[in-house]
Amino acid sequence: MTDLSHIRNFSIVAHIDHGKSTLADRLIQETGTVKDRDMQAQMLDTMDIERERGITIKANTVRIEYTADNGHAYILNLIDTPGHVDFAYEVSRSMRAVEGSLLVVDSSQGVEAQTLANVYQAIDANHDIVPILNKIDLPASDCDRVAEQIEDVIGIDATGAIRVSAKTGQGIHETLEAIVHELPPPVGDRDAPLKAMLVDSWYDSYLGVIVLVRVMDGVLKKGDRVRMMSNDSLHLIERIGVFRPAMEKVDELGPGEIGFLTASIKQVRDTKVGDTITSERGGASTPLPGFAPSQPVVFCGLFPVDSAEFEDLREAISKLALNDASFSYEMETSAALGFGFRCGFLGLLHLEVIRDRIEREYDIDLITTAPSVIYHVHMRDGTVNDLHNPADMPDLTFVDHMEEPRIKATILVPDEYLGDVLKLCQDRRGIQMDLTYAGARAMVVYDLPLNEVVFDFYDRLKSVTKGYASFDYHLTEYRQDNLVKLSVLVNEEPVDALSMMVHRDRAEARGRAMVEKLKDLIPRHMFKIPIQAAIGGKVIARETLSAMRKDVTAKCYGGDMTRKKKLLEKQKKGKKKMREFGKVSIPQEAFISALKLDG
Amino acid sequence: MRSPNSQQAVLADDWRNAGFGLYVHWPFCQAKCPYCDFNSHVAREIDHSAWVRAYLSELTRVASETQNRVLNTIYFGGGTPSLMNPDTTGAIIDTAKSLWRVANDLEITLEANPGSVEAGRFAGFHDAGVNRVSLGVQALNDPDLRRLGRIHTAQDAQTALGIARNCFDRVSFDLIYGRQDQTLAGWKAELKQALTLSSDHISLYQLTIEDGTAFADRFARGGLTGLPSEDLGADMYQATLDICADHDLAAYEVSNFANPGSESRHNLIYWRYGDYVGIGPGAHGRVTIDANRYATECISAPDKWLAAVNTDITELPRQMLSPQEQANEFLMMGLRLSKGLDPARYLALGGRELDRDKVKYLCDLGMLTFQNNNICATTQGRLVLNAVIRELLAG
Repeated sequence: MTDLSHIRNFSIVAHIDHGKSTLADRLIQETGTVKDRDMQAQMLDTMDIERERGITIKANTVRIEYTADNGHAYILNLIDTPGHVDFAYEVSRSMRAVEGSLLVVDSSQGVEAQTLANVYQAIDANHDIVPILNKIDLPASDCDRVAEQIEDVIGIDATGAIRVSAKTGQGIHETLEAIVHELPPPVGDRDAPLKAMLVDSWYDSYLGVIVLVRVMDGVLKKGDRVRMMSNDSLHLIERIGVFRPAMEKVDELGPGEIGFLTASIKQVRDTKVGDTITSERGGASTPLPGFAPSQPVVFCGLFPVDSAEFEDLREAISKLALNDASFSYEMETSAALGFGFRCGFLGLLHLEVIRDRIEREYDIDLITTAPSVIYHVHMRDGTVNDLHNPADMPDLTFVDHMEEPRIKATILVPDEYLGDVLKLCQDRRGIQMDLTYAGARAMVVYDLPLNEVVFDFYDRLKSVTKGYASFDYHLTEYRQDNLVKLSVLVNEEPVDALSMMVHRDRAEARGRAMVEKLKDLIPRHMFKIPIQAAIGGKVIARETLSAMRKDVTAKCYGGDMTRKKKLLEKQKKGKKKMREFGKVSIPQEAFISALKLDG
Repeated sequence: MRSPNSQQAVLADDWRNAGFGLYVHWPFCQAKCPYCDFNSHVAREIDHSAWVRAYLSELTRVASETQNRVLNTIYFGGGTPSLMNPDTTGAIIDTAKSLWRVANDLEITLEANPGSVEAGRFAGFHDAGVNRVSLGVQALNDPDLRRLGRIHTAQDAQTALGIARNCFDRVSFDLIYGRQDQTLAGWKAELKQALTLSSDHISLYQLTIEDGTAFADRFARGGLTGLPSEDLGADMYQATLDICADHDLAAYEVSNFANPGSESRHNLIYWRYGDYVGIGPGAHGRVTIDANRYATECISAPDKWLAAVNTDITELPRQMLSPQEQANEFLMMGLRLSKGLDPARYLALGGRELDRDKVKYLCDLGMLTFQNNNICATTQGRLVLNAVIRELLAG
């Protein structure tokens, strides 16, 4: 039990690559929390994908003990939050568990779109904020300009910003002192009934579900019987501890403290993030304000390339879902792709991360269908249905109108690429809401349809700005628009896996691009194959793949028999890997490539 | 369902549907052609007497496994077997005749290059017992012959053909088309000219870039330009069929054309899936022993093979072919013939019918047709025969 005045709880807000994880590493190292020999880069990013992509996906926590220059010992609890928009909900709930934030800005780059999104969340959570100008060792570092930008764009005082090089260690001591002196201690009452916020939970194969908690009032002890206030379920606390960053058991967690508990909970789904944990007897009567649960916004089908791997895929997906309550899935059957799963994600990065983990950790090759969003289908009878999958689009005669989700997108981009960015946003049916300058960088705010963004928007943005743009978004509302289902027919048969929802005005261009691409991707057959894009029964684009004209072995004598037969058998095997569609074999590659359209 | 014993009996005698032949591989050439992926080598010195002894020893070996058979054909392939001493050829033929009973109409073919050296030996080969030659003419103009890496001229070829016709009852020659920068009109004219060089049999091969050849290397590096597109290749093949038909040469196999009765009987053994023993470096065989059919293959490096004859066995480990593999081979070879294949024999070999749905589908597409109870590829089907066979291959 630590005196509240000697506790500081904080998070770090930063854009990707601005050095958040490296700064966290330095704080851990400087305070001797981890022995030097156990230190590895990006200590808190435990997944391979996190280390590889340099991103943080799950919030991570570390307890740091620090003796300040004033001679007092402090406990500093850092919750390291994800920097990407897809994981914004993780950021927001982590923010609610701490009292202050370090705002880390790369002094050679300046404020970026995600810096803005996350810092606003910190401000919303009433955090005190300490600005930090990182990477001052870089030649391009320009602290004065960036400090000014922080004041202009974000509107917080940056005169006392700490200048840091997390790489060389310069400014780390000053950062620790600033955490102690500039961030407020938590408040709480040790004698009040227990109130602990369930911040996060995940599955550990040895310990079962681990619950990350922030104690607000009261004391949490091993052997306590506690109640989850959302569903009144009762649990016996088996283990209590803190992260340093490895798990370390403690006897109790008092007010203001952050740590973990285990209580024989089987599934992550049995815990509700934002829930209040209290004592079984004499517990709190009112819960803490909860969090809005995270909702998947992007959907796509995941199918095994080898249909024999369906059961393996089922196992992989259910294991991943154990640990990621934000990811939803249900079985899907596609005429083209066989058995698979329709999965919901928080965003495209989340989709990519899950897909990569399935392919890598479970060694299953996947076909991913076109990402889709949730449309609201207003039927003529007055009912409203959610549409996750274009294949489920009801007959148009019963549909009155449709609505699609819109987002507010913030893009920061060097002036020279602004024209291309505006064009891209206009092409994607965007409506410009704001355009301001912060130094040589333009900040544009667009109202965009989410379905245009899930479809390779970020890739296009990176390519037209040579990677210099930063981008963030949040969902705003559903709005009515002229949306249609674009179907693709190969040899007169609809290929459900390639169908997609598009705006009517974009349908011709999309359809044309799709059929042209498919024409190159499908090998010639013994007969000619029409490839069509259609809206309902109306064909809007058509290509014809002409029949194979010649494929015959010129010479085949006694000595050739074995070799030529093996060749044909090998080709036949290759054919088996294709998807049979009516009489047409479509290679896996075609599905993957056809869905990667440009423009 | 047939009983196992009668199934055995069927497999033991299946080869009799097509007969029994002997293939002799002579692995040496004067120069290696850049398109050729056969087992051929350029050697400075050849110890002919050692090679004769080796072939005769091999003949004894393979004959001991195929007693009581009638030998229908002998084929000398290569390499360039016309570079053999006619005496060597004669010794092999005589020994074969002493080891097997031979058919009255025993066909003995020798592949020959139309160079002057070889043509000078034609009489000798005839005396040794050869009754059919197959000349590698390949093209009828010198620039194209040079591009194909051939060392003879068009005039040499005409001369050699003349000598061959005087020496042998049956003469065939090969042409390669679909060459670099060849036009459809150019090929038609060349083929018509070739058909005036009276011959009862002609093999017309579309140039194929085979792995491991000099052409394949050049092609991979972006060289070897001007090869025909798939469409032009198809047009050339169609023109080939039309012109040969006009000259009463039947397209009895994908690339082979003959007056009725002049077909290569040895090659028909392959396409009808008969048995053949193969001797010499890299020679393949198909031999049925105790109702099992084996694929045999000899060591391909000439010096290693020659050494192996004296000390060890010359064959690589034999592969026993499963009923399904035999059915697949029968299918792959049989569909090359214009007469096609007998589905009953396919069933007898593999124990399973040809996939009826697939056959019907391919018939509906116009790729296959039935003729006298045989399944045959149509002209259209023959142009894409690999695709047709891929559909039908079992397993």
